[in-house]
Amino acid sequence: MQHFYFDHNATTPVAPEVLCDLTATLAEVCGNASSIHYFGQAAKQRMERARREVAARIGCDAREIVFTSGGTESDNLAIFGIARARQAAGKGAHVVTSAIEHPAILNACAQLEREGAEVTYLPVGRDGRVNPHDVGRALRPGTALVTIMHANNETGVLQPVREIAELGREAGTVFHCDGVQTGGRVPVDVHALGVDLFSLSGHKFGAPKGVGALYVRKGIALEPILFGGHHERDRRAGTENVPGIAALGKAASLEFDWNGIAGLRDRLEQRILNRVPGARVNGLADCRIPNTTNIRFDGIGGEAMVIALDLRGYAVSSGSACSSGAVEPSHVLLAMGLSPEEARSSVRFSLGPGNTEQEVDGLIEAVEASAVHLRRIAPATSEVMHA
Amino acid sequence: MPDLIAVAMSGGVDSSVVTALLKREGHNIAGLTMQLWNQRRLPEVASETATGRCCSLDDVYDARRVAEHVGIPYYVVNLENQFEESVVKPFVSDYLAGRTPVPCTLCNTFIKFDRFLELADSVGAHAIATGHYARIKRNPETGRYEMRKAVDLSKDQTYFLWGLTQEQLSRSMFPLGEMTKPEVRALALEFDLPVAGKPESYEICFVPNGDYAAFMDAYLRESGISPAATEGSIVNTEGRELGRHTGSHHFTVGQRKGLGIAARDPLYVIATDPRSQTVTVGSNDDLLSPGLTARDINWVSWPGLDALAAVEVRIRNRHVPAPAMIYPISANRAEVRFDEPQRAVTPGQAAVFYSGDLVVGGGWIE
Repeated sequence: MQHFYFDHNATTPVAPEVLCDLTATLAEVCGNASSIHYFGQAAKQRMERARREVAARIGCDAREIVFTSGGTESDNLAIFGIARARQAAGKGAHVVTSAIEHPAILNACAQLEREGAEVTYLPVGRDGRVNPHDVGRALRPGTALVTIMHANNETGVLQPVREIAELGREAGTVFHCDGVQTGGRVPVDVHALGVDLFSLSGHKFGAPKGVGALYVRKGIALEPILFGGHHERDRRAGTENVPGIAALGKAASLEFDWNGIAGLRDRLEQRILNRVPGARVNGLADCRIPNTTNIRFDGIGGEAMVIALDLRGYAVSSGSACSSGAVEPSHVLLAMGLSPEEARSSVRFSLGPGNTEQEVDGLIEAVEASAVHLRRIAPATSEVMHA
Repeated sequence: MPDLIAVAMSGGVDSSVVTALLKREGHNIAGLTMQLWNQRRLPEVASETATGRCCSLDDVYDARRVAEHVGIPYYVVNLENQFEESVVKPFVSDYLAGRTPVPCTLCNTFIKFDRFLELADSVGAHAIATGHYARIKRNPETGRYEMRKAVDLSKDQTYFLWGLTQEQLSRSMFPLGEMTKPEVRALALEFDLPVAGKPESYEICFVPNGDYAAFMDAYLRESGISPAATEGSIVNTEGRELGRHTGSHHFTVGQRKGLGIAARDPLYVIATDPRSQTVTVGSNDDLLSPGLTARDINWVSWPGLDALAAVEVRIRNRHVPAPAMIYPISANRAEVRFDEPQRAVTPGQAAVFYSGDLVVGGGWIE
């Protein structure tokens, strides 16, 4: 059976051009970027080229890029790095974030709370967006950091980052933005957004897993969270993953037509909404990244739909996996005010540059067939839920 | 996918052998593991060395490895809410009401052969297969699905399977019912399964180390019920107080150990009354009962009962079925009179009726 991939918000395949660079670097660049000799210099040069490529992609200076092991580390470095720097400077340790952030943010914040900091978790509306007014109300003199994501991984909904950054600047607080779903995909200009820190994850845009970056605006004081050598200007110890970083740079310099994906996403979404009764979109439809749609199928278990589609060769997702691999209802959808039943009946489709119209049409057929089958099995449940 | 079979994989030897066996027979199969209980939820009763823990990450890891080894798609499905509602809560309230429940039967009836079957259906599987030891066969003359004890009587699980309806039986496969445990172990080695040497679990899956009382205490504490509310006295058959206890749910009919009372002859629990929190103890003879009443009967291999019939009745899992007469009271309630009085007839346990190998039906002891 052929398998088709519609889960690009989880991860993307490595782009062919990136794979070439990755294997070439692995094979040819063997030095440690900290070494002073020929081999070290070659590694350093390769790494610095990648730094310029990543910086160019988000409109910052190369010196403002810190390479990390991925989105989770970038988020942790931003949160603990800022909180500790502020505490060291005798300033407040209050953090403002939202209920729909990725676990890399939420669980880092929970740890900060255990360490004595105060964290405010802002709600979101049914549209899946944080209200900037709520941010304004949550800010106080001791607020060290505001961290709000750029686009939500489950709904694709873009957050009003620019307005929030403005409020943060007025209040004199640092603003971090988790840009894992946008960085490298859609145009991002960190200056236009007004953010102080911005997280990137390579494997969300065609680079391999295990490499990412954090933009840290010049002048922002950041404490390290890993201790060791003087790598990355003393901000991230550990021998650099040169092949991964080279691949990250290459992926950042590629121009995939992510916006062109919107056409396929809309085709998928419209046809599903037209053909499957009781299907609706979760979140604000006209304010999303171009590749994502999160659809609720009234009376149908999202988990069953995901398995049924996988057995038909289509990879999509529902909720988030717990440690066993079982699916839990999405905390994002619950925070948007969906009932646990509604959250459980939701499925995320996230497209990527490799998807074709033919694949999309096959997926539509499979979704429709699964929905008909699932409704036939549990008509009682769906009636209850329609009521 | 009309030919797809969903295998309920626990990560143990039995369901792993079923998986490999069906694959070898050429069936189109998918493996599913039910996540039923969060073992980290009641940390005070959890233990790293506990036996019989289901849904541990280790078991999921094992099931996943077997699926990979056999080469089939594999999924973990979350049925924790349904399990708590249909199995754990009734388990706790039964104990609190002075009954000794059989959670495995509830799980089979309401989770494995209901929710799981439905889930299997919803992902496109027409049947489910499990590692249970029992036999199902359609009687071509009556069209009825009949259940028989497993060939390996020491592994027979029909005591927990009497609640299955005809519809459920028609869509369930128990490939191990015709095999002995040593044969299953040998197959596990033959298939080179990564779990071939895994020890067996006997305890109720969500109760680590089989310590029901500790589980009950922890669950009640989590629910905000104070342990002091369940204190009471232990009395003899004349009503004289012999000792005190911290909750009648710590006792089950027939129990001898853990009474904390010194006596010349062995003492057994013969009754518990949760309303007065009284535990009555007596001699072995006080435990003998001439019969029982069974409610909520499910007729399995027989379509029902119009008149009295001679059967054998099993009143707990390892009990040797005792010859008895059953007298129908209504369609799903019956009186059982044993030929010889039986020891420790326990309210809340199941009474399962057999005719030789055949599982006639079963019900709950009132």
